[in-house]
Amino acid sequence: MLVLALDTATPTLLAGLARWSPDGAVEVLAERAVPSGTRHAELLTPAIRGVLADADLPLAEVGAVVTGLGPGPFTGLRVGVVTAAALADARGLPVVGVCSLDAIGDGARTVVTDARRKELYWATYAADGTRTDGPGVVRPEAARLTGPLVGDPAFAERLGAPVTAADVTTAGLLRAAAPQLADPASAGPLLPLYLRRPDATPPTSFKPVTTS
Amino acid sequence: MSEPLVLGFETSCDETGVGLVRGRTLLSDALATSMAEHERFGGVVPEIASRAHLEAMVPTVHRALAEAGVTASDVDAVAVTAGPGLTGALLVGLAAAKAYALALDVPLYGVNHLAAHVAVDELQHGALEEPSLALLVSGGHSSLLLVPDLAREVVSLGRTVDDAAGEAFDKVARVLGMPFPGGPPIDRAAREGDGSAIAFPRGLTGPRDAPYDFSFSGLKTAVARWVEARQKAGEPVPVADVAASFQEAVADVLTAKAVRACRDHGVDHLVLGGGVAANSRLRALAEERCAAAGIVLRVPSPRLCTDNGAMVAALGSRLVAAGVAPSAPDLGADSSLPIEVVAP
Ligand SMILES: [Zn+2]
Repeated sequence: MLVLALDTATPTLLAGLARWSPDGAVEVLAERAVPSGTRHAELLTPAIRGVLADADLPLAEVGAVVTGLGPGPFTGLRVGVVTAAALADARGLPVVGVCSLDAIGDGARTVVTDARRKELYWATYAADGTRTDGPGVVRPEAARLTGPLVGDPAFAERLGAPVTAADVTTAGLLRAAAPQLADPASAGPLLPLYLRRPDATPPTSFKPVTTS
Repeated sequence: MSEPLVLGFETSCDETGVGLVRGRTLLSDALATSMAEHERFGGVVPEIASRAHLEAMVPTVHRALAEAGVTASDVDAVAVTAGPGLTGALLVGLAAAKAYALALDVPLYGVNHLAAHVAVDELQHGALEEPSLALLVSGGHSSLLLVPDLAREVVSLGRTVDDAAGEAFDKVARVLGMPFPGGPPIDRAAREGDGSAIAFPRGLTGPRDAPYDFSFSGLKTAVARWVEARQKAGEPVPVADVAASFQEAVADVLTAKAVRACRDHGVDHLVLGGGVAANSRLRALAEERCAAAGIVLRVPSPRLCTDNGAMVAALGSRLVAAGVAPSAPDLGADSSLPIEVVAP
């Protein structure tokens, strides 16, 4: 089955096209990782068109969509999630959401990515790739993370340990989505892993307008 | 062959709107709103609105298709609000629209939210007279526009220099102990009151002021001072008279400037739009003054005055009919998109 994979949880957006078989074999046919910063909404659909063109395959042949659900900066994260939901809806395809951190690196590791506000997102994995802890959000100084660390190397200094650079990959997204690709009915709702509540506190009392 | 079927997306604030329009015929107008979640904050919280847009998106598309009795594969073009509005909210609709356009293999038209408020009137009252003038008033905008060609040329004559008119309603409602959003409760209370009871200030109406710009911040403060003075003196606040007098001041300035702009530019058609256009006093005064000045007033029904997907589809339909080129694949959202850019 041809699978389209998307992720916008980090400043590098990912669009990939892969051949997936129920025995777990994954053949990545095309992949574009675009350093897009805060321009995910501009660049994601062009990247999808790009991988379809690279593989010389029409969207009509895609049989499922996989997307990262974060955690990641909310505004960019939603771009990937709603794009996957809309594409799948328009074409009547199953759509599978996975934790984006699951798709970074391999084997025993702790994945760290930028959560902004001087915090990081993290998750820890066993040698067989199973997530054993997280995902969570924490200040690096307060983190108790077991290595090896992979993800965003910008945190090495504040974590006091080296971080091997790694990004979300198409193969990683499909690996994480394997159970639901084998049984699309088991896929949960496509809701982002926000990990933080909305930045809004109800005012306890309103100030007089004349002094505000 | 029938006219093109246009699917429109609107997510610039708290309403998730998806509408379908064929030519100038309104087929459906599905809406989800997160307003109830914002009430206790006394204003729209952008992150809460954005989360709600994402969850409402696909179900709202389904409702729009079902109401119109069409399937997604019938859609000939997709239109989406590219700005102005809340960035995080705009981006949910933009990404969804781009994905539907890609999946359905149809062109995508990014549109200006304000121009869409004008376009929606064509669904109810037929082709717009051009040039027309448009007065758009809501919680997010207060603008006076000259519209020589809705598909290609819209000119800003004036705008608010501080609060939007709808914001002033929200803040005055708060002063009077009324719920958010403030438009409907003030309108209701004002019906029992006297609009000439208190002489609240009319902002930017002096001889040297910008003739078409608005200011509602001073009015809001004047109302608050007036009410607080009564409270400090231990006197009862005549809520109905305050509401009516405040509403009168807003409606007076808006309609006086709109009629003056029509006269100055030799235009005899005025379109009213935006959520505040649902205000009964603004409608009545606009009708009265337009009739006296020989101006044809066009006001969409209250449902279409507030933000919705049909207005975006209406402008998209207009762009398709005018042969305007679709947007580039890397179309983005612009929270402060100028009105001169009708179709970014
Ligand atoms: Zn609006």
